[in-house]
Amino acid sequence: MSKPGKFSLGVFFFVTLFLHIPLAILVITSFNSSKSMQWEGFSLKWYHELFFNSQPLWHSFSNSVIIALSSAIVATAIGSLGAIGLCWYNFRMKKALQTLTFFPIILPEIIIGVSILIFFNKIGLELSLLTVFLAHVTFNIPFVLMTVTARLEEFDYSIIEAAYDLGASEFDMLFRVLLPISMPGIVAGLLLAITLSLEDFVITFFVAGPGSSTLPLHIFSMIRFGVSPTINALSVVIIVGTALLALSTKNLYSSLLKR
Amino acid sequence: MRKNYGPIYVAPIAFWLCAFLSVPLLITLSYSFLTKGLYGGVELKFSLAAYKSLLNTAVFKVLLNTIVIAVASTAIMVALALPTAYYIARSQVKNMLLMLIIIPFWTNFLIRIYAWIAILGSNGLLNNFLSAAGITDAPVQFLYNQYAIILVIIYTTIPFAIFPLYSTIEKFDFSLIEAAMDLGASKTVALWKIMIPNIRTGITTAVLFTFIPTFGNFAVPKLVGGTSSWMLGNLIERELNITRNWPLASSFSVVLTSVTMLAVLFFMRSQSKKEL
Repeated sequence: MSKPGKFSLGVFFFVTLFLHIPLAILVITSFNSSKSMQWEGFSLKWYHELFFNSQPLWHSFSNSVIIALSSAIVATAIGSLGAIGLCWYNFRMKKALQTLTFFPIILPEIIIGVSILIFFNKIGLELSLLTVFLAHVTFNIPFVLMTVTARLEEFDYSIIEAAYDLGASEFDMLFRVLLPISMPGIVAGLLLAITLSLEDFVITFFVAGPGSSTLPLHIFSMIRFGVSPTINALSVVIIVGTALLALSTKNLYSSLLKR
Repeated sequence: MRKNYGPIYVAPIAFWLCAFLSVPLLITLSYSFLTKGLYGGVELKFSLAAYKSLLNTAVFKVLLNTIVIAVASTAIMVALALPTAYYIARSQVKNMLLMLIIIPFWTNFLIRIYAWIAILGSNGLLNNFLSAAGITDAPVQFLYNQYAIILVIIYTTIPFAIFPLYSTIEKFDFSLIEAAMDLGASKTVALWKIMIPNIRTGITTAVLFTFIPTFGNFAVPKLVGGTSSWMLGNLIERELNITRNWPLASSFSVVLTSVTMLAVLFFMRSQSKKEL
């Protein structure tokens, strides 16, 4: 077997360093006692500042968690039912609905944000946590749909037919056959929706009102004031937090698949 | 025959996407043909003024800048991602190397932009280093121009080029390369003439996945771009929130949507041609 050459090794090495060095710099400078980027000695004071002296940040964080959980749960319910309908049934306008579900995935986020803001303005809905919630459910639905559909497609429809032939009602079929089968897909969809919601900046930027700022919006306003070591400390907390979350969900997910 | 429960299952998704996606997009489209209202909003009077102002030099410059940035970033990303993906796909420890690419990608999007502000900003790491070394007297402004936008877009978007390329290269049968080399081709020629045409799907996917988020980017030019390096996204935001000319904001959105749709259609056509 031929080995990859020096050129591709070089490019791979360069890209990996390019991706890691900026984050490594944030980690190191978060422990710097100076306010500037010049190293002046080890200190944990920016972490103290972050945890005990940043009320608005934690308020926006709690908004983010509320929005992420609520929008992910609603989007997962709607998206999973939709996946069942689109995967195993035929009905009028099916093609049109399928095309529509691709829009939030393909369109630039700013288009979703702008159009939904114009819509809220048109119907006279004040910007608040509710408008953020509605927008997040909208962009999360297609991703849940995709994840659950991928799981359903692995299964033979004859399993469902067998359930019906053995006398299952639609209700039995749904709760005793379909849901257990698609559970790994539903959980994966839920986790993906939570992640996308926590991450979103652009759409939230347009639909958030006063007091309904989420963590990314708060980070945005901090960044606009310039470099601050508190953001460095926050970055480290986020990096460590996402790594831990990713590891634990990976374990949860693989234990679900084994069942 | 059994009752068709399909419509019941899809009723919630159909309702939600109609109400919060189709209707907003249609309202935006219709606003682009209306007249600007006095205090934001619109007047119900047909007008093509919004589309005419696209020919305005200032607007045209922004559009051109957006295209240049999108094409340049996409080209650099695919050029870097191709050897990177090739190296990962050929390695003995694929999963580990893939994780090295994925982990930075987990970090919050804004934090990844901020990392570059902390490095390149006027009181950032690079300027501190340059003045400490006595190379510069005053801080150099590395940010707020096209190059900063391209750099940060590449930083935040390149995994979208690496993943599709990796998955097609991984499936490619490398004995074909060995066969070509046995027949006297050099390795470079064999890779170029045999692997590249075979991974065309991956290349077009990588181009699409990087071009669309770049062309419609808003966060990056907002944070590391300056007034001379505005992109379409900045213009939409200004017309929506500051100038409050909603027909204009809508017409810019229609342009952005059309470019995106054209890119997707082009992609789908190239895919179906391959299947023939």
